[in-house]
Formats: sequence, C-alpha cells, structure tokens
Amino acid sequence: MKRTLVVLFAAMLSMAGYGQKIKGSDTVLPLSQKEAEAYKGGSVSVTGGGSGVGISALIEGSCDIAQASRKMKFTEKKKMESAGKQPKEVVIAYDAIAVIVNPANKVSQLTRKQLEDIFTGKITNWKQVGGADMKIVVYSRETSSGTYEFFKESVLLNKNYKSSVLSMPATGAIIQSVKQTKGAIGYVGLAYLTKGVKALKVSYDGKKFVAPTVANAKNKTYPIVRPLLYYYDAKKANKKVKSYIDFVLSAQGQKIVSQVGYIPVK
Amino acid sequence: MKSGIVKFRQSFVEGMIKISGSLSSIIILLIVAFLFGEGLGLFGKSVVEEGYVVIVSKDNPIKAISSNDLKNVFDHNITNWTQLSEKGEKSLNTDIVVAYNIDQAFEVENTKDMIAFVPREYAAEIDNMRILDCGNISLEDFFLGKEWFPTAQPAPQFGVLPIILGTLWVSFAAIIIALPFALAAAVYLAELSDKKTYAMLKPAVELLSGIPSVVYGFFGLIVIVPIVQKTFGLDVGETALSGAVVLAIMALPTIITIAEDAMRSTPRMMREASLALGASKWQTIYKVVIPHSASGITAAVVLGIGRAIGETMAVLMVTGNAAVMPHTLLEPIRTIPASIAAELGEAPTGGAHYQALFILACILFLITLCINLIVDRISSKSKIKSR
Repeated sequence: MKRTLVVLFAAMLSMAGYGQKIKGSDTVLPLSQKEAEAYKGGSVSVTGGGSGVGISALIEGSCDIAQASRKMKFTEKKKMESAGKQPKEVVIAYDAIAVIVNPANKVSQLTRKQLEDIFTGKITNWKQVGGADMKIVVYSRETSSGTYEFFKESVLLNKNYKSSVLSMPATGAIIQSVKQTKGAIGYVGLAYLTKGVKALKVSYDGKKFVAPTVANAKNKTYPIVRPLLYYYDAKKANKKVKSYIDFVLSAQGQKIVSQVGYIPVK
Repeated sequence: MKSGIVKFRQSFVEGMIKISGSLSSIIILLIVAFLFGEGLGLFGKSVVEEGYVVIVSKDNPIKAISSNDLKNVFDHNITNWTQLSEKGEKSLNTDIVVAYNIDQAFEVENTKDMIAFVPREYAAEIDNMRILDCGNISLEDFFLGKEWFPTAQPAPQFGVLPIILGTLWVSFAAIIIALPFALAAAVYLAELSDKKTYAMLKPAVELLSGIPSVVYGFFGLIVIVPIVQKTFGLDVGETALSGAVVLAIMALPTIITIAEDAMRSTPRMMREASLALGASKWQTIYKVVIPHSASGITAAVVLGIGRAIGETMAVLMVTGNAAVMPHTLLEPIRTIPASIAAELGEAPTGGAHYQALFILACILFLITLCINLIVDRISSKSKIKSR
C-alpha cells in the first residue's frame, strides 16, 4: 500500500515536471484550459495572472508558452533577446470587443471618432450623438487589462481615457453596471455579451455600420478585433511545444475556440 | 527527576516562544523594509518610460517640456507649439505633428513640427532630430499631482492626491454612518439584552466579520448601488456613498465588539451607586456607563476607521474607481487598496508604475500606523484615569 502511494506520488511529480507550462493573460485563460483538457499529447498546466506576467515568466524561463491578449512590447522583446531567446508569435484566435449601452438607450450606432470623443471626454451628453438628453457615464476596464490597452490603441488612437471614467475590475462588473445605469457605455469581449445590454454597431469609416457578431468578426467587417497570442522561445522550443500549438491550430482545436466564444483563425 | 523534566519543559517552551516571537518581529520588519525599498526608487526616474525617449526636430527651439504638457500633447489637448512656450521665448507657431511609435516616427522624419515617442536605441536612426529634455519624476508631481494615468505613454502620470483623499473620504464617511448603529447595538448587547437574545445576537454580529469581503462587494454592487442611484436620482450609482455604506456594514462588528467590551468593564459599584441614587436604567447608561467607557468607544471607532481604510475588494467593486478629486459623497472615487489590487498584477516589476504602487502601499502603512498609535494613546490614558 505504502509503496503504491510512493510510486503514485513519484509519477505525479514526474508528470508535473515534464508537463508544459502556459502562463499569462486571463482573457486567453479559459481557452487554454479547454485546449489543454482536450490535448492528448501530454500534460499541460495553465495559469493566469495577466499578459505581462506571462511574458516575464517566459523571459525568465519559468514557463514554456506565454499567452497574451496584446502584442509583446518593444522593451519586452529586447529583454528576451538579451536573455538569449528568440520570441516566436502565434495567433491562436481572435477576440472582438463589443461596445455596449443600456437597452433603454435610443442610440444604436456610433463612429470611431464619436467613440473616441466619448471616452476622452469631449462628448459628455447622449444628445450630442443623437440620443436623449442624458449624461454619458463611461465604464472602462482597469489599466491592467489587455482589453483596456487594446481599446485605447484601436479606438482612441493612443489618447488617454478621461480621468473620470469608472474603471471596473472585471468584465462581469461592467455588464452589471451598464445594465443598471441608463446613460452608461462600456466595452466587453464578444463572448461576454448577454441579453441585459445592447451592443452598438460601429463604423471606422463613417459609412458602413457593422454589428459585433461572430460572423462579422470572422469576415473582418467588424473593426474592433484583436488577436489572442501564444509566445514561445524559438531557439529552445521542443517537439512538445510545437505539437501542442499544432493541436490548437488544428480543426479540433479551432472548434474549441468557437465553443469558448472566440473567433477561430481559419 | 520529575522536577528536572518540568524545568526542562519550561525552559524549552520559553525558548520556543522567544524564537518564534523574535522571528515574527524580524519578518515584519523585513516586510516594512521591502515595502519602502521597492517604492523609493521612483523619485529621480525619468518622466518618460524606461528605454524610450521623446524626440523633436533639430530646428525646433523648444528646450524642455513638463510631464503634464507632454501628456496633453499626445492627447491632442495641446495642438500648437506656441501653447508650450513662455512669453518671449522663441517657438514654432505651427500645429504639432505627433508620432506615437517608431513606424509613425519614420513617416514624419524631417518634418519640422513633429514630436515622436521612440525606443532609445532607434532614436539615432531618425534624421534631423534631437532628444527632448522631459525632466524627472518629482515629489511634487507625485504627492500634489491630480492625475493618475499610470500606463499613459509617453509620460505616465502618478498624481496620488485624489487617491489618498478618496481613501480618507470614504473611510470617514463610513464611520459616520456606522457609529450610531454600532453604539446602539453595543449598548443593547452590554446593558439591555437578556441572556437568551444575547446568546443569539453576539454570534450573529461576529458572523458579519467572517463573510469574505468580495461577497460584501457583490452585495453592494447589486443592492446598494441601485438604491443610492434611485434615492438621489444620480446618473451613476457607483459612488463614495455606496462604498461608505458597504464599509460601514463591514466595520460594524469591530466597533460593536470593542465598544461592548468597554461598556462591560464599567465597575459594578458605579452602576449600583447610580441606581441607588434613584437614577433610572437609561440615566445610568448615558450618565455613567457611556462616560466611563468613552475611551474604549473612541478606540473602537479608530480601529473601525483602520478596518475601513485597508479594505480592498468591496470598495473596488462599488466605488467606481475613478481617480478624481472628491467633492461630494455622490461621485465616484478611487482608493489606495483598490488601486494596488487592480494594477499591481500587470505592472512590470521594478518599473515606475510598480514603484508608484509600492509608495502608495507605504502611505497606507503610515496611515494605519498613525491610527494604531492613536489607539495606544487613548487606551493608555484610560488606564491612568481608572487608577
């Protein structure tokens, strides 16, 4: 009895030692977990913590794959190269960001410029964009979120949010707040859209307004779409890392991507 | 023989207590040293993010730019070079052309009115430019600055004043709300309740402090936020007031328990003397018991404030976390613990943002230290009095 226990323990230890470690973005976390469960080529352990945490773990060598919801920053790339590693980037899925308002709001579409002005504080009342006379309450994610950075880059063209935006710690909190606040506007990942909020049609060119749906994100007509990424060290990468990534990009792996609510690469 | 074993056991236990006591004190000191050590590197760091520089054309006469102006230029709030110069100084009078990254910088190469944010290593590859002096992060910018944009590029803004004031604002409001309820509950528990109700109420009060704070936060978001919004007809319900109400509920058990203990410690003689002089029960409570336990009640209140100031999750969920200067209770605010919890996970280790958060932690530490010193002062005074 004791011996079997010891053997079992040793087996568990060795599995934990040889398994691949994925670390990083909380946005990619649910996807990686599902992929790891379905993957049959060995054990894969997945932990969250944020894109920055994952990338710095990859640089230090304490994980094999870093999952990220934003591109590697220039300084991070430099740091990795000076540690003698070659970062390799793989797009595993896409995530569309939907702009949401309270269902009672008359406004159903906005241009990028209008969104920029709302989030930077130049437009403060819904009547300026064709809605009722009501103050706009802007909800955003915390600065630590990859969604925050992406929205700032893509929609605000690198300008800063106004300082009075309400920053919420989680996507669920944004949805809850938009649900119960009449003048609210916020942004969430497409996978999180629920009935209690209204998603706006968005236009970048001011002519064609596109609704955030999986189909529109897939055919690239919806403009606010970001890639979800895996990073690994191209110099050290062994067969295991490659075969796992091949699995994620395979038809079966991409099916899991749609099940989790993201948009497949192919 | 037996007494030898007893002696040995005694000295063994004594030694263990000594070791564990000194070990934990050393660890606490190390944590404090760690806090301050991580934070203090911030001052004197360049305003621009590490590894990057801000460049302008060689033909541009501008000498230096402040951190705040830099942010406004990149936010398009300042659009002309003349807005950046003092009177009498030479400057361009054209519109500013902003390049946010290296690719855009190459596009505007050789334009006289450009300003660009590029990695230091690539700065030299752009023709006809020079590095603009942006200065260092100063104590004044940090403690008196009113803007908190820790991830802004190229110049993060670390103005902690609204966050510190927000923390104090919501904590004091919470205590003002909690105080009457807590005092009433303490008086009832200590003086008026019979044994049966006491046996039921006391565990219930203690149970309040056992609920995880994220549950309070969620309760606040779902229940209190809409109530506040409706009652005051506000645009938004996530306000300092919602936070204060949640914190008040969370501080109740602390205040009730300590205040009740203080009231119970009133000597029986004094109560009986008062009743013997013909005072009613109620007169005895507010003329004898409450004055006698005043210092204990004050200590309870101060500890309650300490509980409220350090609370993280609940305020993170209900106060809206907007880093603006608090004017009324009906506006969103941001607190120190909420900022640390929300941002530390993604701040690059050792970077300016990371250090700024550690200084915030130091400030929080000093505030709680002051509170504890005040409690010490009050309770030592009461000891002298009762002698």
